[in-house]
Amino acid sequence: MTGPGLSTFRRILPQLVALVVILALNTAIAPGFLDIAYANGRLYGSLIDILNRGAPVALLAIGMTLVIATRGIDLSVGAVMAIAGAVAAALITSDHSLAVTVLATLGVGILCGLWNGALVAFLGIQPIIATLILMVAGRGIAQLVTEGVILTFNDPGLIFIGSGSLASVPFPVILWVFLGIVVSLLFRSTALGLLVEAIGINRRASSLAGIGTSALLLAVYAASGLCAAVAGIVAAADIRGADANNAGLWLELDAILAVVVGGNSLMGGRFSIAGSLIGAMIIQSVNTGILLAGFPPEFNLVIKAAIIVVILVVQSPASHTLFAYFKHRPGRAPDAAPATPPARETGKEAAR
Amino acid sequence: MTSSRLFSLATTFLIFILAYALCIAQFPNMLSTRVIGNLLTDNAFLGIAAVGMTFVILSGGIDLSIGSVIAFTGVFLAVAMGDWGVPPLLAIVLLLAITTVFGAVMGAMIHYLAMPPFIVTLAGMFFARGIAFLISIDSVPIKAGLYDTLHGLYFRMPGGGRLTFIGMAMLAVFLAGILIAHFTSFGRNVYAIGGNRQSAELMGVPIARTTVMIYALSSFLAGLAGIAFSLYTSAGYSLAAVGVELDAIAAVVIGGTLLTGGSGYVAGTLLGILIMGLIQTYIVFDGTLSSWWTKIVIGLLLFAFIALQRGLVWLSARRSGASAAIPA
Repeated sequence: MTGPGLSTFRRILPQLVALVVILALNTAIAPGFLDIAYANGRLYGSLIDILNRGAPVALLAIGMTLVIATRGIDLSVGAVMAIAGAVAAALITSDHSLAVTVLATLGVGILCGLWNGALVAFLGIQPIIATLILMVAGRGIAQLVTEGVILTFNDPGLIFIGSGSLASVPFPVILWVFLGIVVSLLFRSTALGLLVEAIGINRRASSLAGIGTSALLLAVYAASGLCAAVAGIVAAADIRGADANNAGLWLELDAILAVVVGGNSLMGGRFSIAGSLIGAMIIQSVNTGILLAGFPPEFNLVIKAAIIVVILVVQSPASHTLFAYFKHRPGRAPDAAPATPPARETGKEAAR
Repeated sequence: MTSSRLFSLATTFLIFILAYALCIAQFPNMLSTRVIGNLLTDNAFLGIAAVGMTFVILSGGIDLSIGSVIAFTGVFLAVAMGDWGVPPLLAIVLLLAITTVFGAVMGAMIHYLAMPPFIVTLAGMFFARGIAFLISIDSVPIKAGLYDTLHGLYFRMPGGGRLTFIGMAMLAVFLAGILIAHFTSFGRNVYAIGGNRQSAELMGVPIARTTVMIYALSSFLAGLAGIAFSLYTSAGYSLAAVGVELDAIAAVVIGGTLLTGGSGYVAGTLLGILIMGLIQTYIVFDGTLSSWWTKIVIGLLLFAFIALQRGLVWLSARRSGASAAIPA
């Protein structure tokens, strides 16, 4: 087991280093940054806050990682969050039990994912467009469920999901860590992960090699819908209400960013859920750092743009060629093989 | 191929006529130049931006930054004319230069870094809105003599409707877009790249220059759309025009342009804009429907058109001998 564990560690090492550097910067700005206090039966502190505030994006990033690994993208997760929040609030306020509410909401999330998956797998629509439909219509559907108002609720069980704590750790943190571990194990200790990566590298070839690409694509988008539903419940429970207009607004972009920051290629074909989760934490740490430094929160967007540009330059085939050129020394050559296969053009043809 | 392309356009046209006829059957008042004038004025900024988006999608790309560029435009103009005391015309020229360069940089990144347009323009989207926030987070009113002049510039149609300046500007941009798409070498290059990038490259189409120009054009038109939007609202606000890129993409798709690129008409986009405007007008006329129905109906229309396109592509692939080129 040390072999795979070590390789995973090496893959996410750059992300870990980035996270540590950002946390160190935050500590330099605000000396009390690393303090963790224990009060009222749970832990408090900036670090805990980052873990807690980053929960929705971390949850979305788990599903998004799988989708992106198949060379897809899921733009609808923000809208699905809004739908899930609306459904949960509507059910709990009409006196359904917590179990029914949560299960029904997760079911709705899976349904949304299946819809996306069906468009991609059976109609062959490009993922970005297929999920755009639900992104546009989803908020309308959520508003239909809440009938245009912000549905508030007081059910202690549902509120616990957003702001409760278990063993002195905030419950959303437990949720995303648990879901991340379960999904990682499910995909990495079976061949599922390999098959998903195969679809991302060449869907047609995988199909010809006997992989059930359509079923797998359906499953992957359904997983993304499920993750979005969990994130939607957390977001709604956190504010004790379902806001169809603003719940999860632009979080799809943050989730994609988390996946990319986590070292996953948008071209698909390889994924690391641990990397994406660290990516989500990096984004949240940057957000917190900007606030701590006293910069206006408006800086967030410019800094996110800068992060994307840096990652693009690092990931681009052009700079890989450059790296390979400079690192072409005996003994180093196999290590410096470009990580992204130059399959972009052929993939585009296959997508037609 | 041409026949199926025309079929998409004809379908859009038919749906527009049918939808308008149904609206009129229910509300006879909708058949007036006032409604038509408002339809053009209310959707002017979206229409102008959608022309740029049409070129981007024709080339097989996507531009997510236009909403942010529109917001940036409004804030920049309001602050430049108000706080910095820049003369209005100079501010507008300066702004269009900035947005054009912004688009050109995105295009260059897409081409030279060989990265998906989606993620590059996503960075552009964050960047433009971030800069807008940094300039001002308030809604800044625009008070300029030029704006008053342009507000007063309208053409009274028979029946009391007004064809406003921004309505006319949109129609002019669409006309220019049609001319560029069909009668210039740039237009032909855009279609060629969208149809098949590799073949286009082998035929000697200047891919790099054309890609940069496509995104520069899109951002230039987004800047123009921002000016129209600031004329429409008489203010600049950094939170304005959120999600306009999605409306523009929807209009282009409903207008019959193939999302994989290479096939479609700029004129179709105008029809797409009008259909979306019509849905909104109908909801206003009805009075009992909530505005969120707009989103659901647009989503349904999007789905219907995408399914129609897939069907057409599938049919034409089958007709042309069912070669190995059918997507899996």
